[in-house]
Amino acid sequence: MARKTIKVDYLARVEGEGAFKVVVRDGVVQSAELNIFEPPRFFEAFMRGRHFTETPDIVARICGICPVAYQMSGVHALENLLGVTVGGPLRELRRLLYCGEWIESHTLHIYMLHAPDFLGYDGGIDMARDHGDRVKRGLQLKKTGNEILQLLGGREIHPINVRVGGFHRAPRKREFKELAEKLKAARDIAIETAHWVSTFDFPHRERDYTLVTLRHPAEYPFNEGRIVSNRGLDIPAADYDAHFEELHVEHSTALHSRLRDSGGAYLTGPLARYNLCFDQLSPLARQVSDEIGLGRQCRNPYRSIMVRAVEVVYACDEALRVMEFYEEPDRPYVDVEPRAGVGYAATEAPRGMLYHRYHLDEAGLITDAQIVPPTSQNQASVEEDLVDFVGSFLDLPDEQLQHRCELTVRNYDPCISCATHFLRLDIDRA
Amino acid sequence: MRIRVIGVGNLDRGDDGAGRAVARRLRATELKGIEVAEQEGEATSLLNQFEGADLVYLVDACLSGAPAGAIHRFDAAAAPLPGKIANFSSHGFGLAAAVELARTLGALPPRCIVYAIEGENFAVGVHLSGAVQTAVETVTAELISLISRQ
Repeated sequence: MARKTIKVDYLARVEGEGAFKVVVRDGVVQSAELNIFEPPRFFEAFMRGRHFTETPDIVARICGICPVAYQMSGVHALENLLGVTVGGPLRELRRLLYCGEWIESHTLHIYMLHAPDFLGYDGGIDMARDHGDRVKRGLQLKKTGNEILQLLGGREIHPINVRVGGFHRAPRKREFKELAEKLKAARDIAIETAHWVSTFDFPHRERDYTLVTLRHPAEYPFNEGRIVSNRGLDIPAADYDAHFEELHVEHSTALHSRLRDSGGAYLTGPLARYNLCFDQLSPLARQVSDEIGLGRQCRNPYRSIMVRAVEVVYACDEALRVMEFYEEPDRPYVDVEPRAGVGYAATEAPRGMLYHRYHLDEAGLITDAQIVPPTSQNQASVEEDLVDFVGSFLDLPDEQLQHRCELTVRNYDPCISCATHFLRLDIDRA
Repeated sequence: MRIRVIGVGNLDRGDDGAGRAVARRLRATELKGIEVAEQEGEATSLLNQFEGADLVYLVDACLSGAPAGAIHRFDAAAAPLPGKIANFSSHGFGLAAAVELARTLGALPPRCIVYAIEGENFAVGVHLSGAVQTAVETVTAELISLISRQ
């Protein structure tokens, strides 16, 4: 029996560990396993006993790339519990903060991690040798996202200005002046980026995914909305646990998320948002999408780089809108008082939906916490992509086959560390 | 001359915090004429820190097989970082990538010195190990001496 094992192990690293193994027999993919080690489980445990006001500063530490997502899901879940609604300019500032994170995270993935796959380079540095000016423009775009975090979050990484009820400090309107000019330039680069990535040669593969995203009636989703799917799901975040479950699988220390009713995998992230919320994109983002021929629906995960590029256009556009219409709030936060109960929220991290649930006692101490990151939710979908797609790539030489597998995983932008550290390949041919 | 010291690492991951520990010690000395920065290690953010600097000292933890606390010094402006260190940096797409990306884009400071401190324990929530603690003190003292002579 012809047996081939595509096994990419991983080497020790501090910020995350990933590996995958695909087993092929007689030209058919038998199994695909993605193994990701994620630290958030530790966080859930050591958040117990902490005061709820510490949450945004603790959960920001879960991820160096998307700390805003963890902060936003955290504060919204707690505000849900405490019966507080944060509206007006403070709500707008939260959208602005999320724009910054989407810009920097997506742009990093597009330029440094994903584009080199399509252009035949080993990585962003090799690509920069031939495409230096383009990479510089991309880095300028990313830096503008960082500067939003710097201004609004207090610093670029692990922002410190977020609190339950709002912000510690709200910016003055005049502080946006210089940043707005940079964002206009960034938006132009984002449009260029979308056109550039649309010229790549994409494998023609599609799957009929169960797509899951937040959807809001009036805006492309960041912080608020109902959890919806293309299969008719339409629930508040409070019902998440009734419809999704986390399972242990032998080959991964990270939990796998599944739909409770079917036990099936689902996909969250840019493709899900785009397919289910296209109508909420700004007119400019929709126009760019049309210009690059993306279409209103996209089920090809390899084209997710195009979707990310359109989302970056949107994030720049939305950030400019927020800054233009911003009115300084009287106070940077609304008061919150502890109470016992349970609170839920989901927000849209760059790479997908991020669900948080907290239980508090009367003193405001956390008695239980649940955090379900998008990478956990997408793991099963990544494995199904490998099973579905890799069989049709088996005529490729081993090196190219490994690369195609890695590209398939990178479609999900699972995390910066995993996406850059697939180093070793073991081929086991019978 | 603009001199910048950039400590790289994750303070929550044991010896990975070595570079930032050096940065914090240097900042505490209130040494004149330098800028001190701390970074988690993501390459493009690190690259942004190079802007406008004439001399950059980068301090990071590494894992190359040397004894814990070993101090590796490289003149990154003169030559690429050795593959052994580059591949075993504790930050994936991190310091070595930032240096090489900067070199490729013509954005590497005229002088760029890398200190890599060999770590041994990168577990969540642990302190710097003893040998690394000593190395942190050594590197801090060396940088103070070097910078004072500039």
